[in-house]
Amino acid sequence: MTTGTLTAGRTRFRLPRKQIPVLATLALLLVMYGIGVSQYTAFSNVQVIFNVFIDNGFLLVVAVGMTFVILTGGIDLSVGSVVAMTAMVSAALLQDGMPAALVLVIALLIGPTLGLLMGCVIHFFEIQPFIVTLAGMFFARGMCTFISGASIPITDGFWTSMSQERIGNPRGNFVSISVLIAFVVVAIAAYTLAYTRLGRNVYAIGGNPQSALLMGLPVARTRIAVYTISGLCSAIGGILLSFYTLSGAPLIAVGMELDVIAAVVIGGTVLTGGAGYVFGTVLGVLVLGVIQTLITFDGSLNSWWTKIVIGGLLFAFILLQRLIGIRYK
Amino acid sequence: MTDSRPVLTMTGISKSFPGVRALHDVNFRLFPGEVHALMGENGAGKSTLIKVLTGVYDTDEGAITLHDEPVSFTGPMQATAAGVSTVFQEVNLCTNLSVAENIFIGREPRLLGAVRWGEVRRRARALLADLDLDLDVSAPLGSYSLAIQQMVAIARAIDIKARVLILDEPTSSLDADEVAQLFRIMRQLRDEGIAILFVTHFLDQVYEIADRITVLRNGGLVGEYLTTELPQLSLVEKMIGKELDVLEGIEEHSRRDLAALEEGTPLVAVSNFGRAGAVEPFSLTIHAGEVVGLAGLLGSGRTEVARLLFGADRADGGQVAVDGTASSLRTPAQAIDHGVGFCSENRRAEGIVADLSVRENMILAMQAARGWLRPIPRRRQDELVDKYVKALNIRPADPEVPVRNLSGGNQQKVLLARWLITEPRLLILDEPTRGIDIGAKTEIQKLVTQLSDGGMAVLFISAELEEVLRLSHKVAVMRDRQMVAQLANDESLDADRIMQTIASGSHREEADR
Repeated sequence: MTTGTLTAGRTRFRLPRKQIPVLATLALLLVMYGIGVSQYTAFSNVQVIFNVFIDNGFLLVVAVGMTFVILTGGIDLSVGSVVAMTAMVSAALLQDGMPAALVLVIALLIGPTLGLLMGCVIHFFEIQPFIVTLAGMFFARGMCTFISGASIPITDGFWTSMSQERIGNPRGNFVSISVLIAFVVVAIAAYTLAYTRLGRNVYAIGGNPQSALLMGLPVARTRIAVYTISGLCSAIGGILLSFYTLSGAPLIAVGMELDVIAAVVIGGTVLTGGAGYVFGTVLGVLVLGVIQTLITFDGSLNSWWTKIVIGGLLFAFILLQRLIGIRYK
Repeated sequence: MTDSRPVLTMTGISKSFPGVRALHDVNFRLFPGEVHALMGENGAGKSTLIKVLTGVYDTDEGAITLHDEPVSFTGPMQATAAGVSTVFQEVNLCTNLSVAENIFIGREPRLLGAVRWGEVRRRARALLADLDLDLDVSAPLGSYSLAIQQMVAIARAIDIKARVLILDEPTSSLDADEVAQLFRIMRQLRDEGIAILFVTHFLDQVYEIADRITVLRNGGLVGEYLTTELPQLSLVEKMIGKELDVLEGIEEHSRRDLAALEEGTPLVAVSNFGRAGAVEPFSLTIHAGEVVGLAGLLGSGRTEVARLLFGADRADGGQVAVDGTASSLRTPAQAIDHGVGFCSENRRAEGIVADLSVRENMILAMQAARGWLRPIPRRRQDELVDKYVKALNIRPADPEVPVRNLSGGNQQKVLLARWLITEPRLLILDEPTRGIDIGAKTEIQKLVTQLSDGGMAVLFISAELEEVLRLSHKVAVMRDRQMVAQLANDESLDADRIMQTIASGSHREEADR
């Protein structure tokens, strides 16, 4: 019998394994940016990066919500439709002359309410998130067309000012209000995941839901919360999209949920849950944005190349996660 | 120990499930500062008792008191809050989180809602230092061995100020050193006055650590004993429920000449064959026409041996020779190629395809051996099936009946026929007679004798020593996942001696490994 202080036999050497996918994404982003800078002189302008954020601010916010869901091991297919529905509702209500503040409140309530309902169905009826959120997706998309079959322009003063406001430095570089809002969302989400019980419970449930339950963690509440958070993020994303396009269109953001999932996964969040960071999701969105920018700069390539490259990257990152998972399992 | 009042009592506990009486009028008590082993074979009711105690199940009858107060927990959470913590066989922690977080998640020290990570780590280090564990508390739990994870689970449990700690088979996947570490911590906690309920299959461990033993059998209480007053042999008797003198009266049918059989090249010879966490390395030779019995308590590693020999689990190391030629048994397909057949003990889940007919079930293994591209002609199928339906006296004698409509004994015969059709050279029978009526049992035993007379080698696994003795040429004895002895079935061997080998002391030949 050994006595005295015991040094535990560590079974495997330790790398910062949780960080490997994020570091890989960061490296990829730097390589792509380097390619851009070396190929096109205009690419080195900081405004190129800012434009990526301006064009993808709403995507980033929605991806942050999706990160919560995927961290628990779930999935939310409804986000694209909820984004569109939020924009549609905003546009329709503004058209009817409702005050902008009230419209904002209503628009920001719809997404989380739907998310809450889907979360309850997923948890209490033990139904696959895939199918529940698929139903949510059809429902929200249907509501868009129900509101109006055609695009509704937004002429409200508050919306147009939000759309046109530029926050810049004296050298002429700028970002939009949407980018600032997206950054605030990112910061709050990162803090929530790292420092609050809700956030830690999200990781625990993603790691092992059965264990989380036996450890006395509020699994039901947390699971419902992540779908509500995703709904809220989709609603914010919808508002940002309506700032960006100054309209609500029934067929906008079709298939966006897939871009969002791709960004989250490329950002290093494991689809089975339990590992990943909001910072990774920011990188994932940037990767998507920089690919688009590169293809725009090239000019000769069809925009479908974006999809092809994203497809290839997704494969690579899922394989990377799997390899890391096997190694440490 | 005994002069204080029990911290926990369970009185007259009964619990039934549809068709099964899992517990019947069981009493149990637990004193502060003792390690109390709960013993019994699989299905004796140990798990049910723990689940009743921790509120996973309601009781049908009976009362539980904690510190003389009647309690009735609605679930493990409530039990934990009341100071009754359970650490399960499978570690119920999150391997993706850090060691420190696993200890504290759900009750982290916070400041204005923000988790104070520095404080979490500091307190985790202090708690683990109390247990003499030096771990990197910010490393993911998954980077540590199962044993360490188990101890982190204990650290979490005792930080909830547990007065009663339930360890449900915590040692089943640990190696000897890890068990020693665990026992050191258990002794430490016991000396601090915590009452520990310890469930294990390993007899040696009970005698090493437990102060008191409660034995269950078939859902009933056999008794509560001080470890010092209960010899290991008596414990085995109480678990199995047979007195030795009863076992001695077995009629001995066929004691065949082992020496003659063991001349010549063994059909299958394995040496140092084992699998970490399942069964310690063993060596075994089986000759054509030989019946090797495998005896031991449930959970002693018998099925694991069978699965290794059939390639259903892959051995970690060791050599295999078939007909004297070095070979391997790494997959069932390889084993089948070498002429090995395996009738699983779990016929419902692993053997019989209930919706297929008797005929279809019988030809499955042969068809698999031929490859799916070469279907067996229907006429040949009918011939084979008719032959075995007659030979094994399967009822109803209609090959087109779905197997689900047959009795357990007849299903077992269909399963046997499936392998017999492939004409195996070594047939592994894992508990072929369990749960079937006496008539079918005798027929199967007779069949085994006939098969071995015809030159087939049989590895016969059974919990019934009478059966093993009656059929086997030699008996390999399993204890605590080791093959502890191989006994020739001659005049000197009887159930008593096998039982003593199963029980025999804390002597472990391979403990130093």
